[in-house]
Amino acid sequence: MAKYLLIDFGSTFTKLTAVDTEIGDIIGTAAHFTTVAEDIRIGYHNALSALKTKIGNNIKFDRIDACSSAAGGLKMAAIGLVEEMTVEAAKRVCLGAGAKVDLVFSHHLNRQEVQTIIEEKIDIILLAGGADGGNSECVLFNADLLGQMGVKISIVYAGNKSCQDEIKAIFDRYGLDGIICENVMPRINQLNIEDARNRIRDLFLKKIIVAKGIKKIEAEIDEVVLPTPEAVLHACELFSKGYLDEKGQGDIVVVDVGGATTDMYSLCPATKRSDVVLGGLEEPFAKRTVEGDLGIRYSSLGILKAISQEEITMINQTHSIDIVSELKKRHEDPSMLPIDEHDEQVDQLIAQMCTYKAMTRHAGKMEEVFSPMGMVFHQTGKDLSDVDYVIGTGGPIIKAKHPVAILSQTTDVFRKSSELRPQHPQYMLDKDYILSAMGLLVRIDPVLALKIMKKHIIKL
Amino acid sequence: MKTIVIGVIGADVHAVGNKIIEYTLQNSGYNVVNVGVLSSQEDFIHAAIETDADMILVSSLYGHGEIDCRGMRSKCIESGIGDILLYVGGNIVVGKQDFAEVKQRFLQMGFDRVYPPGTSIDKSLADIKADLGE
Repeated sequence: MAKYLLIDFGSTFTKLTAVDTEIGDIIGTAAHFTTVAEDIRIGYHNALSALKTKIGNNIKFDRIDACSSAAGGLKMAAIGLVEEMTVEAAKRVCLGAGAKVDLVFSHHLNRQEVQTIIEEKIDIILLAGGADGGNSECVLFNADLLGQMGVKISIVYAGNKSCQDEIKAIFDRYGLDGIICENVMPRINQLNIEDARNRIRDLFLKKIIVAKGIKKIEAEIDEVVLPTPEAVLHACELFSKGYLDEKGQGDIVVVDVGGATTDMYSLCPATKRSDVVLGGLEEPFAKRTVEGDLGIRYSSLGILKAISQEEITMINQTHSIDIVSELKKRHEDPSMLPIDEHDEQVDQLIAQMCTYKAMTRHAGKMEEVFSPMGMVFHQTGKDLSDVDYVIGTGGPIIKAKHPVAILSQTTDVFRKSSELRPQHPQYMLDKDYILSAMGLLVRIDPVLALKIMKKHIIKL
Repeated sequence: MKTIVIGVIGADVHAVGNKIIEYTLQNSGYNVVNVGVLSSQEDFIHAAIETDADMILVSSLYGHGEIDCRGMRSKCIESGIGDILLYVGGNIVVGKQDFAEVKQRFLQMGFDRVYPPGTSIDKSLADIKADLGE
């Protein structure tokens, strides 16, 4: 029987979760502000002593693992050839690896774009372009330009395999910090996530967390093993699929509204229907999208850009508020905490808007085409109509008074039948905020992780 | 190995001929990239760019080929593959129109080869080989 300590070094909080395999449950949790700017260990020690006052000072952990999104998480630039193809594939690989994709480029890069990559302090560049045996001219040009501009950032090459040797030569010639892996789109519309994702994770763990001052925590714990969003994705996948005899929950969607981003995860096949024609790039079973312009604090202004003047008027009339000034207020003071019921209601409303917009972008679309052979359905993206559960996680949803009101925004509230949103899901809440910790436990004891999730993620 | 992008354009779901073309061209030693039915001009062009294709072969069986193919050469030029070979075949227009005129219209739209209804892919193979310099 063993005891594990699972740590999530988040952008704001360092969250500790202690698990005892004998009891088969969580025995305690604690949190403290993340202190990566001074020394990440301070926050960890404070959280640890808080945990120990709850569960006893004598506790010995058999294993201490951590995931991290501290110090800005993992910032990536995705470079491909055509937007709908290798660019999209590269983007999905970055998101699946738990990164924030701050910059996206297509076709031939120019010097200004490379300059932006340097200035934006990107952690890793994912360089793709060309199906295997296809176009190599563009990706060679881009690699060469990165070399000419003296880019010091780690580069993962995941483009056309036929020019790997030339790419390697360019990396060597300019002394670039580059590695080569499998193509993210080896054939047209075929997505190949795994290899590139593993290389990105390796780089994150070997280099990025060293540079960000996170690595020094490993003097006191076993390992930092994952970026936090990837841990969450692993937990969601297990919760959906189950493990051996322990059944999963079926098709699920997970919503995480934060201050700066809104993350959306869907765990389901692209479609279960046999009467649709699927278009576009292949969809992964476990898909993560991140909306960097939707959030209830830092990114609150992004919502303004995403809604129309009519919608603003409608919101103001329905809720008797001035939504524009409320959003501006939150953008200017991201540390603002709700002080009264009005603030809480507005936060709830903003979270609802983020959820609605994020789902519009995450869900697939269905087009009905009249053809001489009758009505034909043409689908792009994932069909979430039959999703069983929509699960909420993250502070703003967990702390909300009416989490169902937020989560129900994933459904077709405005009756846009072309969007393949969940139709009749049940709602669940990650009330103890354990998804990232369970993503770490998946690697050690998947059955236990699944049992704990079933117990602590409650139906609403 | 030369690469040919094939598919059925527009709101057209005729899948059988598309498979026969794929089979024949593959057996003739080509790298065939099949974008399938219900494909837009962009679907063909994007696949051609990513695969560095030598030719795009458009099928249209439901009579709306003329509308669906309009502007395709311009889009190829804008996309940096202006020189790519463009073939079209099938029942590309409705009614009993004089094929010579139909062909002329498609040639003016920038297609290199235009085939009348009922042409088997075997017949086009000779043109494909000649145009690809084989």
